[in-house]
This record gives sequence, structure tokens and C-alpha cells, in this order.
Amino acid sequence: MNIHEYQAKAVLAQFGVAVPKGKVAFSVEEAVEIAKELGGQAVVKAQIHAGGRGKAGGVKLARSLEEVEQHARELLGKTLVTHQTGPQGKVVKRLLIEQLSNIQKEYYVGLVLDRAQGRLVLMASAEGGMEIEEVAAKTPEKIFKETIDPAVGLLPYQARNLAFNIGIPANLVNKAVKFMTGLYQCFVEKDCSIAEINPLVVTAEGDILALDAKLNFDDNALYRHPDIQELRDLDEEDPKEIEASKYGLSYIALDGNIGCMVNGAGLAMATMDTIKYYGGEPANFLDVGGGASEEKVTEAFKIILSDPNVKGILVNIFGGIMKCDVIANGVVNAARQIGLDKPLVVRLEGTNVELGKKILNESGLNITAADSLADAAQRIVALVKEVSA
Amino acid sequence: MSILVGKDTRVITQGITGSQGLFHTRQAIEYGTKVVGGVTPGKGGTTVEGVPVFNTVEQAVRETGANASVIYVPPAFAADAIMEAVDAGLDLVICITEGIPVLDMVKVKRFMEGKRTRLIGPNCPGVITPGECKIGIMPGYIHTPGRVGVVSRSGTLTYEAVYQLTVRGIGQSTAVGIGGDPVKGTEFIDVLKMFNEDPDTEAVIMIGEIGGTAEEQAAEWIRDNMTKPVVGFVAGATAPPGRRMGHAGAIISGGSGTAASKIAKMKECGIRVAPTPSEMGSTLYQLLEERGLLERCKTR
Repeated sequence: MNIHEYQAKAVLAQFGVAVPKGKVAFSVEEAVEIAKELGGQAVVKAQIHAGGRGKAGGVKLARSLEEVEQHARELLGKTLVTHQTGPQGKVVKRLLIEQLSNIQKEYYVGLVLDRAQGRLVLMASAEGGMEIEEVAAKTPEKIFKETIDPAVGLLPYQARNLAFNIGIPANLVNKAVKFMTGLYQCFVEKDCSIAEINPLVVTAEGDILALDAKLNFDDNALYRHPDIQELRDLDEEDPKEIEASKYGLSYIALDGNIGCMVNGAGLAMATMDTIKYYGGEPANFLDVGGGASEEKVTEAFKIILSDPNVKGILVNIFGGIMKCDVIANGVVNAARQIGLDKPLVVRLEGTNVELGKKILNESGLNITAADSLADAAQRIVALVKEVSA
Repeated sequence: MSILVGKDTRVITQGITGSQGLFHTRQAIEYGTKVVGGVTPGKGGTTVEGVPVFNTVEQAVRETGANASVIYVPPAFAADAIMEAVDAGLDLVICITEGIPVLDMVKVKRFMEGKRTRLIGPNCPGVITPGECKIGIMPGYIHTPGRVGVVSRSGTLTYEAVYQLTVRGIGQSTAVGIGGDPVKGTEFIDVLKMFNEDPDTEAVIMIGEIGGTAEEQAAEWIRDNMTKPVVGFVAGATAPPGRRMGHAGAIISGGSGTAASKIAKMKECGIRVAPTPSEMGSTLYQLLEERGLLERCKTR
């Protein structure tokens, strides 16, 4: 799960990570009010779930309340297009109004999981403000790393190593250690999946601050963090994905016109790949999961059909935990409830496959049966081309 | 022979009284797996599916002589279940549970350092040596005993590969699902090593997916060490970056972990890559034919 910058900074502050003073504003009036509290000058920062906001014009400096008002008016409701939003962009509904910082130098600090080691790695670089992937590709020697033993956590010497390596002024190293320790504590106590401070800044006053902050959380661990769950912003998510998550379905909206319902994430991806291979475009990723009920399958089917782009549907099930008759009943129920008027190709294999095929055959619905994934993909691509022609 | 599991594997089910644990224990027993007991704290002393239930893994191992366990415990308690099994000294622990917090698995991996147990999973379908031992959630009937090893990050794609082999008359030595989580007990290379050393495995199908760099590392290992032919497939060529595609580990982040880079690496390292998932079986069939291994691998 992703959260906004202002929320990330509030969470980090709980762990002693220093952040600039600021507050969220949902209206121009609120923005001006907050700027007054900050002394009249402020940074006005658009809050959307995407990076690259600065380059897209989503971060503005205001030297007076009039400028705060002007920038807030301009940004609220504006659609920001960054390299992470896709061409459709994202509408700005919240602003972070933050005190100006006297920046002397910018750095990068990030905490990520190293899969191969199965451990967290704290990374730091003096190339603040740049994308870390870019630094890693061009000048990997400028990134310093410390691998953290989960039994003892981030040790002060490791934080010191990083601080000295990236050139934090010696008199501020202890502040940097406190900062990094707080970042690590936040990561492990709140089950983050990514924590990135870019840039971390040293100010003229000798402070070390998180000028920007990005926190992502492990969806699997959200059950133990009700406070983090509350930070979810549904405006940032696709309505179909929200609906799917209510039923514990893993759904991701895509741009194509062939709806897919598959069990298993790998097979769901492979089904999308195969549709594309035969010249079609998948409308979604949808994994109904291992132990899905008939109701869940029905809901999954409804969500696929609610996408106006969908011109045909491919159901591909290889039953392990998932039994084919359950899928068949769910598909038949949903098709009856909604009234299926689009081509539907179903490929079933695995546990109770004969029973599943029987249910589909006896349903009286217009369902095309397929023998293999390739067969199924070719059939649905052809059928959708017919409909679209 | 085969790898990891076989006729002599004695299994206990952790979470045997839950619906998944119960269903798949029954299926495993029907398949012929030696299920010798189960564990559910508080249900010790009862009997399920004809096998005794114990309160702790330690007790179950002591009473039954089990050497492997399979875990169907809910995600919030699964890390504890794994560590309990490791502490009881089992050779093999297979964790089916999906949805374990990543940082729980970071702790588990640390806990396992220096211990003898091999963990498969979590978030995996399990391991099967056809005709001998089935531990996990895979449908048993699609498998045939034989000489091709299968290793995969995805459950249903493993079934897909196995099924394609079976219909072509190619049996499997062992099929191993290593799981879709970013932090797991066993990686591709571990399983490839075992297949390479297994006299009854002639060739391997390796099925990867987007996210991480395990496929690239495995490809390099294969280039440098593997004496047996390998067919590869990578799922997720059409996956958008930055989105978690169902599996916790299936995410392209910062431009790394794409299907394209994995496929390129595999090809560079001499692995025959199937162009679509429907062609995993046929690609291997052709490769066996070219290497003169087809007759050895055909099941009668």
C-alpha cells in the first residue's frame, strides 16, 4: 500500500525522523491558513501517489501568502502528469504546505529488501534529488550499502559508516545516525516495503531533514497496522481494484479489451502474455486465488464485465486448491445474473474438471470451450476481432 | 530416485484440523503419501483422517518419527509454525501458506541459519515425486513418474508444465514449487543443484516470473555448472511496472526484474526458452529429441 508524502512524514516523525514543519490542506483557504502559521512563506506540494512531481510542476515556492493562494488555486484540481502516473495523469486533491528549508546539500537515503540475502539493506548516496536507479546505473560506486542483521537491527556504526561515506559534515553525523535509526525502526515496526528519503537535506541551521519521503507498506502485514490502513486514499486507486480488494481478489486494470479470470498469479500473467502473443490486448490481471468461493468467482466476473472496454472474456483455470466445479458454478451464476452478451471462452483443467465442464455445457449459455491455454487465447482473440469488426 | 521427497518421506501436517489442511491431508493420503500425523495446538489426542493429532511439532516428531512437515497455518501464525518445525529438527518443511508478512520471513531466514532444515516456500504449491509422495495442493492425477524435473515460482504454471509433459508421454522425477514470495526458503539454484546431482533426472523445466533477479542468477549458474538440458519460461512480459502482480514477489521495480531481461539472460546462458506457456512441454520434447534423451524420458 502506498501513502501520501505528508502522511509518510507524520509516520516517520513518530520515530524521531526529523521532517520540516507542515500540514495538509484540502482547500485554498486551508493552504493560506497553514502558511500563516508558518510565517507567510511556504512550499506548496501537490500530494498524489506518484514520483516526479517536481519536474511536472507540482511543487511551488511561495514567498508570500498571495503566492501561496495563487499556487494552491492553480494546483488543486489540476491533473499532474509525471513519468509515474501514465499519460492520463492524476488529479491533485490535497496539498502539503511546508516551511521553507535553507538547503545546503542534498543526499539520498533508502531502505529496501535484498531478496537474495533475505535482509534489509540501508543505502545512502551524496547524489540527492536524483533517481537512485539512475545513480545505480551510471555511477554505482556512489551508492553505499549496509546489510542489516534482523537479530540486532541497524547498528550505530553502520549508520556512521554511511554518514561518513556520503560526506555528512562530521558535527552532524550523530544527527544522521538518529535519523537513519528512526527510519529503520519505522520500517520494521510498521512493516514497510520501501522507505525512501530523497532528498535528505542538511540545512544552514545544521539540521538533517527529510525533505521528501516515500513509504510503501507490505499488504500482507496491514492486518496488524490499523493506523496505517486508515491512511489509504481510495481516490488514488482504480474503482474496480477497490471493489476487487473487498472480495480478496487480486485485480489490476490494464488498457486492453479482453477480460481475464485466472487462478494463480503466474498463470494469470502467462494468460495475459499469451493473449498478447496471439495479437490481443488483456484488459486486466485477475487472480481469483486458491480457495475462492462461488460468490467470489461471481464477483470477479461482475468486476470484469463492469469495465466498458471489455469486448470478450477468457477464463483460464488450472485447479489445485481451486476446484473446477466451483469456478463453473460461479461463472454460470454471474453470467445469468448480469446477462452475458459478450464472447466467453473457458478453459478448465485440474481438480473436478469433468464436473466443471458438465456444469458449463448444461448451463445453456453461449460458452466456447477450449482445450489448452494457446487454444483459448487464439479463440478469444478471434472472437473479439469479430465483435469489434 | 528423485529429489526432496519420496517413498520414505514421513509427513506431518501443521494446521491439520483447518479446512485446507484437512482437505489436502486427505488428498495426500489418497495419493499414497505417508502422512504420519498432524499438529493443531489444543487438539492433541484426537485423530483426523486416521492419523494422530498432536499439540506441538516436537511431540509429533517424537511420537511418529516424521522427517517432513507441511504447513497450512494462517499467515499471521505461519512464521511461528515454520520456526517450530525447524526447531524440531525436521529435514524438510514445506510452507503452503500465502500472505506471510515479508519481515516475518526475514526473521525466519535468520533463525534458520546454521540449522539443518530445508524450507520450501512459503506461498508455494508444494513438492511431488509422482507415484511416491505428494506434499501440497497440486492435483495428483496430472503427474506421471519419470525423468524430467520441474521447478517454478508459480503454482498453477507448474501444473501447466507438468500436464503438458504428461500428455506427451514424458514423466516427471520431482516437481518443486519454490513459491511466489520475495523471501523464501529455497531458490532456483538450490533445486537446480539437486536435479543436476540426481541420477534419475535427465532434463529440467524452470519457470520464473517478473521481480527480483533469481532467474538471472540461476541462468548463470546453469551456464557454469549444469550438465543437463534446461527449458525456461518467464511469466509477466505484459505486466506493467510498479504493480504487484498477485504474488508478493512479482513486481518490476526501478526498471529491474522485467521478463525481457530474464529471458535475454536465459538465452545468453544456453537455456531454451519457450515462447509461450503453452509451449513449455513441446519445447522440452524437442530438446530431448535433439539430445537423444527422448527414449529415456518417455514413459511406457
